[in-house]
Amino acid sequence: MLKIVEKVKPHFEKEGKFGRFHRSFEAFDTFLFVQGNVTRKGSHIRDAMDMKRTMFFVIIALVPALLFGIWNVGLQHYRALGVEVDFMDQVLFGLGKVLPIIIVSYAVGLGIEFLFAELRDHEVNEGFLVSGMLIPLIVPVTTPLWMVAVATAFAVVIGKEVFGGTGMNILNPALLARAFLFFAYPSYLSGEVWVDLSLKEGQQILDGFSGATSLAVLAAGETAQLPSLLEMFLGTIPGSIGETSALAILIGAFILVSTGVGSFRIMASVVAGGLLMGGILNLFAVNAFMGIPPYYHLVIGGFAFGAVFMATDPVTASQTGTGKYIYGLLIGVITVLIRVVNPAYPEGMMLAILFMNVFAPLIDHYVVEAHIKRRMRRVKEVRNAIQSS
Amino acid sequence: MSKVIKIKKGLDIPLLGGAEKILQSAPRSAVYAVKPPDFHGLTPKMLVKEGDRVKAGTPLFYDKYNEDIVFTSPVSGTFSLLVRGEKRRIMEVNIQADPETEYIQFKSGDPAGMSRQEVTSLLLKSGLWPVIRQRPYDIVARPGDMPKGIFISCFRSAPLGADLDFVVNGQESLFRKGLDALSRLTDGDVHLGVSASGTTSEAFLKPGKARVHAFSGPHPAGNVGVQIHHIDPINKGEVAWVVDVQAVIMIGRLFDQGIYDASRIVALAGSEVLNPRYYRVISGAQIGSFTRDNLRKQAGTTPRFISGDVLTGTRIPADGFLGFYHDMVSVIPEGDQPELAGWIAPNLDKFSISRTFPSALMPWRKFRLNTNIRSGERPFVITGLYERVLPMDILPMQLIKSIMINDIDMMEKLGIYEVAPEDFALCEYVCPSKIEIQSLVRDGLDTIHREFA
Repeated sequence: MLKIVEKVKPHFEKEGKFGRFHRSFEAFDTFLFVQGNVTRKGSHIRDAMDMKRTMFFVIIALVPALLFGIWNVGLQHYRALGVEVDFMDQVLFGLGKVLPIIIVSYAVGLGIEFLFAELRDHEVNEGFLVSGMLIPLIVPVTTPLWMVAVATAFAVVIGKEVFGGTGMNILNPALLARAFLFFAYPSYLSGEVWVDLSLKEGQQILDGFSGATSLAVLAAGETAQLPSLLEMFLGTIPGSIGETSALAILIGAFILVSTGVGSFRIMASVVAGGLLMGGILNLFAVNAFMGIPPYYHLVIGGFAFGAVFMATDPVTASQTGTGKYIYGLLIGVITVLIRVVNPAYPEGMMLAILFMNVFAPLIDHYVVEAHIKRRMRRVKEVRNAIQSS
Repeated sequence: MSKVIKIKKGLDIPLLGGAEKILQSAPRSAVYAVKPPDFHGLTPKMLVKEGDRVKAGTPLFYDKYNEDIVFTSPVSGTFSLLVRGEKRRIMEVNIQADPETEYIQFKSGDPAGMSRQEVTSLLLKSGLWPVIRQRPYDIVARPGDMPKGIFISCFRSAPLGADLDFVVNGQESLFRKGLDALSRLTDGDVHLGVSASGTTSEAFLKPGKARVHAFSGPHPAGNVGVQIHHIDPINKGEVAWVVDVQAVIMIGRLFDQGIYDASRIVALAGSEVLNPRYYRVISGAQIGSFTRDNLRKQAGTTPRFISGDVLTGTRIPADGFLGFYHDMVSVIPEGDQPELAGWIAPNLDKFSISRTFPSALMPWRKFRLNTNIRSGERPFVITGLYERVLPMDILPMQLIKSIMINDIDMMEKLGIYEVAPEDFALCEYVCPSKIEIQSLVRDGLDTIHREFA
């Protein structure tokens, strides 16, 4: 393998035959091999951790949610038809629906990443490896593929590349794709979209079937139709592909926290914020939604997925330790507030995170200012001590 | 000393090849060198011409901007070669050594009976002055400054660092004499930082007038900058001086015998060394004299020679020269071989602060790490990692960013006066974006220095 790469390498050097593709080649080359580049200055040894490995572990953490999502797509479909099929059929149906979305997301996103890398002559960044997996997991399974493509392109170009690429963006690209769909094609992201109802000949949908998400059920005030807490926790309910199973997401959270890739501070404080706000609303409960136990918020909608995989995006979150607590807490609070108080937007998680993405630099600013103030006080104390002695 | 300052943040990188406590005399090397780039910011002006005879203590060059500060020859012999680099910058002054060292005789005497002026002028004349460095800026101290304290770290926490208890053994009285001389230079205190668990030498624990502070915890607890931060942090306008333990001994010898005897004990360590141990050498020695027959022959890898530790040292060739401030030579393998899918593989032979590598489950293991950089440079993505290895009340990422955008006001507010590049070496080591943090910090310090020079 190394020999083949070495053989074609000269053609992809800047002056070579395919010189204009040298960044793309480099991306594939570094994907296959950790390069033999050695340290030139500074520390002679470097930690084995790099961006690719970081991103790889986020993908691993996403796998449980993805697998569950694939199965759940099939489960919900056949449930709507009222047909009993075995596990494999459900998985195969789900695979048939989810895989194309993943492929489109990666193809479009990576295509644009490579294009920008060539145009601007920088290395292809690894950031989209994760975004490309997140986007399919937060859209309804019925989203048309062209729409996934348009949303991905929007997110990568407007969300990331115009700011200078991975590490420079202000908003979480995957959420931006979701928000784009939500506002550009609202009819495709609300109502009967959560369950794939495509029918083959001779099939029909069960009478009285409702594919509404728990959030829609709650917003309509029909608390009685809410699935059981266990169902919501396990995730055998309608919803975006990867967001339904709190259990699968919890496994992902465990992977992220135990490897140190994801920020536990943020996850914990988002949950705390959600519980806090849920509890406060309980006190003033004037309708059924306000009165649901606070922990319900954690298992319905995109709360768990957002807390674990979206809010923790280190680029768009607060960068200071204290800032992370404030940032997470506010996400939790605002999410529940939007959900309950503004029925026009049942899914508050997406908007709350995007909103706090915008405010994260401000939070950091104040945390840094407080830090500086503390340092200045130290100087003053020292000066006073010198003068008095 | 009753109170132990506990350093919680940091990282001990477990490398193979720690030096055994065996002291050998290295064969005398044929050529010695003084390297002006060892002294950051120095513009050397030569005082001798090629072919001149020199003795140990003969001035070779001086600092253009501080004419009092001269740099002297560590041995007697003939000035054989002036090595220049890009833009004719002077890289090395080579001395072809005599078989026996002849010393210039300086005044000697008990520093306790000398004035600050006398001590300073003796240090300057002998060429020992440059062993004193200052914070901020991490440069050679200026004789006119009055430091608020002089700080000496009496243990090394860097990977494979020399055991200074072993080094000082038998030279305790010289060390004390050196401390006496240094105490004349400040109206503040001389501070010794010792390891709460490791330091046993009386020279460090009962140094007389100097104040002793005990530290515990991982690297960089032994970095003098970290120690200053916890003992008496530097504010704008203040100057602290720092000296190495072996330099204190050299100062003691100067006052004892009146000669510039640049011999020091150097640890030879690293996975590529056959028998890692200590050698008595003269500063500026060619490392080949003691590394040549003591290397592992490993097929497929070339060794990298580093004067200093693996985090902050200087890369030198196999026949290169020991740096002025260094008390160790590290030899590790070059990592110039590509690895198939190296970023996915479990990588049993790699070490990482993150728990995405099996090393996290094997805290007892020591590693043969190479110089592979593993990735191209990326923008900042991961946050909260630098903070785990910088035990100072400083926001590392924000400080680095302020340096990147050249915001002098912000650099000051965020504490640039307290830091030296070496304090950020671990940040650079752990950085998953592979940003060259030490040279950034150096740039920041240079910017501030120019601004207020």
